Amino acid sequence: MSLKIERVTKLFGGFLALDEVSIEVPAGALYGLIGPNGAGKSTLFTVVSGFQSANKGEVTFDGAALDRLSVPARVRRGLGRTFQVPREFRHLSVRENLTVAAPMQAGENIFNVFFRRGRIRDQEAAIAREVEDILTFLKLDEVAERPAGKLSGGQKKLLELGRALMAKPRMILLDEPFAGVNPVLVEKISRHIQELHARGMGFLVVEHNLQALSALAEFLYAMDRGRILAAGEPEEVLGDPKVREAYMGGIA
Amino acid sequence: MENYLLAVAIIGLIYMLLTLGLNLQYGFTGLINFGHVGFFAVGAYTSALLGIQGLPLVIGFAAAMVTAALTAYPIGLLSLRLRVEYLAIVTLGFSEAIRLVIINEGWLTKGVQGITNIPTLNQASGLGISASLLTFILLILANGLAILGIRRLTKSPFGRVIEAIRDDEDAVRALGKDPGRFKVRVFMIGASLAGLAGAFYAHYIAYIVPDQFLPLLTFYIWVAMIMGGAGKVSGAVVGTGTLVLFLEGSRFLRDVVPWVSAVEMASVRLGVVGLALVLLMLYRPGGIMGDYTSR
Repeated sequence: MSLKIERVTKLFGGFLALDEVSIEVPAGALYGLIGPNGAGKSTLFTVVSGFQSANKGEVTFDGAALDRLSVPARVRRGLGRTFQVPREFRHLSVRENLTVAAPMQAGENIFNVFFRRGRIRDQEAAIAREVEDILTFLKLDEVAERPAGKLSGGQKKLLELGRALMAKPRMILLDEPFAGVNPVLVEKISRHIQELHARGMGFLVVEHNLQALSALAEFLYAMDRGRILAAGEPEEVLGDPKVREAYMGGIA
Repeated sequence: MENYLLAVAIIGLIYMLLTLGLNLQYGFTGLINFGHVGFFAVGAYTSALLGIQGLPLVIGFAAAMVTAALTAYPIGLLSLRLRVEYLAIVTLGFSEAIRLVIINEGWLTKGVQGITNIPTLNQASGLGISASLLTFILLILANGLAILGIRRLTKSPFGRVIEAIRDDEDAVRALGKDPGRFKVRVFMIGASLAGLAGAFYAHYIAYIVPDQFLPLLTFYIWVAMIMGGAGKVSGAVVGTGTLVLFLEGSRFLRDVVPWVSAVEMASVRLGVVGLALVLLMLYRPGGIMGDYTSR
């Protein structure tokens, strides 16, 4: 169930956004990916999750090549993702946002909707229990009936995580889970990630909050200008002169 | 007067079927279909052509729904690749293409001359009630079934997914669901309702020509849906009623303002509908029943 990104290259016109990037995240590991703005972190996520295709290189998950699979097919294989800017279904309630994310629902088939109502009812009850668990786990139960568009930025981040969990992935690509989130909530989201990690879920986390990320991740990759600069234990990577240079370069 | 009211009610109910279909596509799924009249035309011509061959009208009506749905299939596939505004243009072009095909393929459709002597419902049924009354009763039944069906569909897990697609399609993909599957189905269901409306229209009017299928009708249906409240089944019903009230009510403006000629009146009526829409959007932007943003 490990994720292997091998020599992935992505060109936008003449701009080399990803230059032979290789990253490996073992099953159930909690890895981080850092880098200054424009380093190519988000581009890497869009390629790995299938929203864009790479020009070169390959991505395998659980030993199977993902490159030819659609976005939904990759998720069904167990590789989920969240978005940097939360993309909640704003007119649906928080509860509906989570419910809709449950995989393999019999009621998504029109024939079943009209002729196999019993089956749908049973499944809906089971999904409702899962949703309840996630609402409690993320402490979103108080806003469960509110339209997701009306949540605060931090709550939307939590919902984004909860929705990705409902799809039952084995590994999640988390795109800046702490961006625009207050310190108390950062702490809270960190704890949720750790708990999920303890239950065996794998993570690759892109984050600018280096302090929070280095406390969380077992292993860090650092990127700049489309290349991997360094990889290793968090202290090691953060102390690396090349990484400091990449972050401070503009200022120093 | 009774006959006039019945005629208005029948046209209103035909519009209602169209609005229910469009509302499923746009109000619930966010698909901008500016070519609704095209599917209406396909249904009308299918059922009319089968009817004048002497086939039972049940077959004609069923065929109207099926052919309209099948015509929608490729358009649905296009909707997978096109973003909203492009889909709007493509569907508008599509409905005009349908009309041009009807005009030019005279061997099948009799071109601009149109199809005459389409059997009415009572001729075919052999029942002793008038064509209008029978059409009215069957339309009530058809709308009732359509409303029940759409209610059940939109309140099901399927309905949840299409509303999610309306809000953010890429997020749906990131949950492992393929929006395309849902969009194609919604397109086909909406089109089959338009096809059914077309069949009712053809057998009621008994005479169809290509000019009855202009994009103006598509926009009337959009007005009805927006006035009622997009994304609400009740909105489609109330909106259609309001549209017909304005369209027909403005007929009687001549009694109040007799100096306006009959020709000018046609434009005045459109103006009245436009004004009503503008005022409604200003003071009640979600439509009369409130749209999906206000639930």
